[in-house]
Amino acid sequence: MHDESKHEHGSHGHGDHDHGHDHDHEHQHPPSPAALRVKAIETLLVEKGLVDPQALDAIIETYAEKVGPRNGARVVARAWSDPAYLERLRQDATAAIAELDFQGRQGEHMVVVENDARTHNLVVCTLCSCYPWPVLGLPPVWYKSDAYRSRAVIDPRGVLSEFGVELPEDKAVQVWDSTAEVRYLVLPERPAGTEGMSEEELADLVTRDSMIGTGLPLSPEEARS
Amino acid sequence: MNGVHDMGGMHGFGALPLEENEPVFHGEWEERALALTLAMAAWGKWNIDASRHAREKLPPADYLRYSYYERWIEALANMMVEHGLVSAEELRQGQPAAGSSKAQPPLDATKALAALRRGGPADRAVDQAPRFAIGQSVRAINHHPAGHTRLPRYARGKRGEIVMHHGAHVFADSNAHFLGEAPQHLYAVRFSARELWGPQGRPQDCVTLDLWEPHLEAA
Repeated sequence: MHDESKHEHGSHGHGDHDHGHDHDHEHQHPPSPAALRVKAIETLLVEKGLVDPQALDAIIETYAEKVGPRNGARVVARAWSDPAYLERLRQDATAAIAELDFQGRQGEHMVVVENDARTHNLVVCTLCSCYPWPVLGLPPVWYKSDAYRSRAVIDPRGVLSEFGVELPEDKAVQVWDSTAEVRYLVLPERPAGTEGMSEEELADLVTRDSMIGTGLPLSPEEARS
Repeated sequence: MNGVHDMGGMHGFGALPLEENEPVFHGEWEERALALTLAMAAWGKWNIDASRHAREKLPPADYLRYSYYERWIEALANMMVEHGLVSAEELRQGQPAAGSSKAQPPLDATKALAALRRGGPADRAVDQAPRFAIGQSVRAINHHPAGHTRLPRYARGKRGEIVMHHGAHVFADSNAHFLGEAPQHLYAVRFSARELWGPQGRPQDCVTLDLWEPHLEAA
């Protein structure tokens, strides 16, 4: 199954990621027209005193290393573990998520939508690529793709099958099109066989895709393999 | 605007571009494009709705050809020229016009991090009571403005049900054109897949959109 969240940068600013390989690879090719264009614009803006390169570095470091789907996984694991927290998440998700110190840009108005035996939730932004940055980080390419944006609302089950997710016929698919500044986080169902697991262990089962609705959480067996 | 950005329900874009172990950025230029766009917003010459509209206004063939961050950087270039932060000539030359003075950036690293953490809440206090209640049946208006709207084509004229009231939020359709925040009550409105897509929609499936009061009429 497609999932990368376990390989992403964690919320603690370190991890066994392979981010650096991308840069090494990049340097073997001549820069693309887009790379040259961005470089030229950055040079111009720095020379005109319109941007501070250190501000750019701070922004990049935030989204490359600090903010990512491990944040959302912690929210989900706490909701699975603590009924009082789940209730606060239902009442005011923005405030409940801020309890874990996740907040800010593109997460100003959070709503959590819960999967259950009857309903599966799926989040998209058909008009651009709105995404809850503080809990999931920046969106992956497929989320921003024309294919996902066009298909998620009209053919959600076809989209899910490309992710290897087949739902029972009688389960309803509820798609959320993020057309305003409200950002939706899917609360997946807690997998079977996880009784007695700690919050930390549970968080390892929560994939990025399971919080968008294009995946399901890992079983304890899948997490071990 | 009835642009190619309004993609919900379109056909022909093919399979999803899934990538195993996808990195956050595909190359350093994507990082810089993101950071430049966020940092330049601090000049306060535009707002998030105007930014989205700037991307929608890219020529349709370019929009479809560009990757996500190319859309961002080209829209940023257009906005900077439109709002006088740089000239078209400076962009072409890649250097400041002779004799131009050097500005002081509004954000250093500390202020940039504070701005990300603060975000930009869109909720506003308004005097008017909400016109619609949860459970009420509504119809999305059938409108085709040439400017920015967050009511996608696929929902226009369709009947749905109010399922959440989010309070009053900045009205993107107004704010994108610098016509004021004009806050309006914002609702999550649920449409059945059958209502949106006809017989091919599954009876139990639905799509929920966030729509502002001016997008809705009682039904």
